[in-house]
Amino acid sequence: MNEQKMLLSKIKKYDFTLKELNLYLDTHPNCRRGLAMFQKYRKLRENAVDEYTRKFGPLTPDQVNNSERWTWTDDPWPWERR
Amino acid sequence: MWQYEKKLQYPVKIKTPNAKLAKVIISQLGGPDGELAASLRYLNQRYAMPYGEVKGLLTDIGTEELAHFEMISAILYQLTKDLSMEEIKKSGFDTYFVDHTTGIYPVAASGTPFTATYFQSKGDIITDLSEDMAAEQKARTTYDNILRLADDPDVRDPIRFLREREIVHYQRFGEALRIAQDKLNSKNFYACNPSFDKNCGKV
Repeated sequence: MNEQKMLLSKIKKYDFTLKELNLYLDTHPNCRRGLAMFQKYRKLRENAVDEYTRKFGPLTPDQVNNSERWTWTDDPWPWERR
Repeated sequence: MWQYEKKLQYPVKIKTPNAKLAKVIISQLGGPDGELAASLRYLNQRYAMPYGEVKGLLTDIGTEELAHFEMISAILYQLTKDLSMEEIKKSGFDTYFVDHTTGIYPVAASGTPFTATYFQSKGDIITDLSEDMAAEQKARTTYDNILRLADDPDVRDPIRFLREREIVHYQRFGEALRIAQDKLNSKNFYACNPSFDKNCGKV
């Protein structure tokens, strides 16, 4: 696996962890352990996304950081075989 | 994947409930030229699109349509909140009420439930983008008709915003069609299908 794929796979794992915590916290809003875990993974995800967008481009349109060209629409898109 | 943002794209603040208006505006939720059909149309069509710019446009407009779907829902929610039984009966909203109370359910103004027959995904980009341009105009006409029926300024304001978005989307789809045609040989817009035929447009 190349660096881009590894980093993206890491982000997806954080995303899924955060999604699970999100759903759990929706019905357990006072669980301190859940809240602490959410904060922990939110930071880990933030750092991984920063690194990814710096090196490989945006995951969302608001992450485009380029004054020459709009990189949001660059191929490939996630549904394509790579 | 998608992420929800806890806000409306444009504010909806309706002071006076009005079941009669809800009965017609609901067509932009689950009707033939409504926001749900729009969103599903673009988000389904994008897989056949070979060009990055237009994959992006279909994704981004399809996503914006979901925000419009939410705005229409908010309008319907506010128009039907705190209605009296008498208002429900005399407005004709009773035919919706009997099946859904005041829950939000995608139907056309005629009462026909939402159906995927309201849009196409043809696997041919010239065909799809032509449908998209027509769809935006049809939605614009529907908003024009809603504006003919609605006199409450609280309702007209977000409806006018949504109407303007149809015009902007029409404009962008026109450009997308031009981009797609520019990428094909000018003699073969209809000679082959770049999302199916190998080497189509790659001269």
